[in-house]
Amino acid sequence: MTIAEATTVIDGWEPVIGLEVHVELKTATKMFCGCRNEFGGAPNTHICPVCLGLPGSLPVLNRQAVEFAMRVGYALNLNIPERSVFHRKNYFYPDMPKDFQTSQYDEPITEDGWIDIEGVRIGIERAHLEEDTGKSTHVGTSGRIHGAEYSLIDYNRAGVPLLEIVSRPDIRSAAQARAYVAELRAVLFAIGVSDVKMEEGSMRVDANISVRPVGRERFGTRAEIKNMNSLRSLERAVDYEIRRQITELESGGTIVQETRHWNEDDGRTHSMRSKEGADDYRYFPEPDLVPVAPSLSWREEVAAQMPELPAQRRARLVERWGISADDADVLVAVAGLADYAESAVDAGADPVEVTKWVTGDLLGRANESGLSPAEWKVTPHYLTETLALVADGTLSRNLAKTVLDKVWESGDAPSVVVDREGMAQVSDSDELGGLVDALLAEHPDDVVRYREGDEKSQKKLLGFFMGQLMKQTRGQGNPGVLNQLLRDKLNGA
Amino acid sequence: MSAKITREDVAHVAALARLDVTDDELDRFTKQLDAILEHAASVEALDIDGVKPTYHPLPLVNVFRDDVVRPSIERDAVLSQAPEAEDGRFRVTRILDAE
Ligand SMILES: [Zn+2]
Repeated sequence: MTIAEATTVIDGWEPVIGLEVHVELKTATKMFCGCRNEFGGAPNTHICPVCLGLPGSLPVLNRQAVEFAMRVGYALNLNIPERSVFHRKNYFYPDMPKDFQTSQYDEPITEDGWIDIEGVRIGIERAHLEEDTGKSTHVGTSGRIHGAEYSLIDYNRAGVPLLEIVSRPDIRSAAQARAYVAELRAVLFAIGVSDVKMEEGSMRVDANISVRPVGRERFGTRAEIKNMNSLRSLERAVDYEIRRQITELESGGTIVQETRHWNEDDGRTHSMRSKEGADDYRYFPEPDLVPVAPSLSWREEVAAQMPELPAQRRARLVERWGISADDADVLVAVAGLADYAESAVDAGADPVEVTKWVTGDLLGRANESGLSPAEWKVTPHYLTETLALVADGTLSRNLAKTVLDKVWESGDAPSVVVDREGMAQVSDSDELGGLVDALLAEHPDDVVRYREGDEKSQKKLLGFFMGQLMKQTRGQGNPGVLNQLLRDKLNGA
Repeated sequence: MSAKITREDVAHVAALARLDVTDDELDRFTKQLDAILEHAASVEALDIDGVKPTYHPLPLVNVFRDDVVRPSIERDAVLSQAPEAEDGRFRVTRILDAE
């Protein structure tokens, strides 16, 4: 199903969806202090007076965070205004020790862009810089925030630079929401600004969803859905919420503007009572930070360094490698996969073969293990080496698969594995011819049946003989050579 | 003269700021804040055509730091100042009332 087809109307209702995507920027340090920006450090080991909001401390903006935001600006066709400023967003919650979050309000670093998703243009209202919050662990019987007896706070994440990318309400289906986030993820990875790992929280998505009768211009009341940890749960949550709202409205109910949490286990969204609305954050300009006004030369420098974007890369791979659009999609969608494949091709392997192995066998194994391509023990070079062994007849495809299995486990070079396991393919026709003679001598009846049979039974018997031969050679007999020998001998040559 | 701010506004802002104010204080603060806003209104009434807005008292832009790691501070030293700590983390009372 294409996205356009997925932009469906359900029982005369049209969904209207806008997404807020938060990404942690991959800087070495936090946004306003020199504490390390690292996922998974021991609790409260990356903290200082600035990120703890101690009296008298002063924030100083990380140049790299601004530059990453500018890169996102160029990638998403956003304008970078002459000047942008930071605001304080006031709220009382222990995940921010300052009692406010430094964010941007009416003058963001970028605004008014777009991205094309399978031919549909999705508007992007803005992408603004803000700081991440600390991490709370709720301790108590349920492990959830409600009913917790107390909470423990780790401020390592407090002050990590975030970019919040706000789409316009241009999305019309759950599938399109998923495709939009998948494309954003590919873009952000390609331009090197974030790890974009939804599971680890370096990319987080909130969805604003409403429905309206088809043909009506005014939006319905929206609910904001949080807590989706993967593309799959995003799609499920959006789909559920659309249907919940339609059901509610059709049964004469109303939609309440509220925040709802997606629960992966029961597959529903649940109302969270929210106490402070947007107007209550009392934004005001952050007096400790001066405006950001990127110079023309800085803009030009950042623009000149922009790498190839996923859409361009897909088009290039399809054109130059002769692979399908679907395969190109997979290569570009999985973080690091296209880089991996390109390294193997640069090392001399055939692009179509590389794509076949990478999107099939290797990706399957990677999904099981959760390893990213850069972490695979089967390096691009090892894949190239294995494919060369197939090309020169040393290995059959099946043997190559076994070799890659062993390289995947051990990290040894393919040639080492082949030698150690004695796995090289046998192509010697004298040696294989002897095996064929012996086999046919063991099965005289089948030989007669082959010679007298029709095409169908010949094919079946040929399969039987081949199976026996592969068994005897433990898969190392060259299938092409064996097949030719069998036919020649059966046909009485 | 119509009031610039109501007693309800003041109570709302006080609640957002987690300030406990008495009825007497509410009356007093409402009057005082109203006077401040009245003063601001007289500034607003000035003709400021051609005057550039002031975004920041300092005539500066682009004050940056290089993205270089600096030492953080000792966790134990920080946590020793916290009312409560556990497992290397700050311990706080439960965040939301049970509902
Ligand atoms: Zn810090």
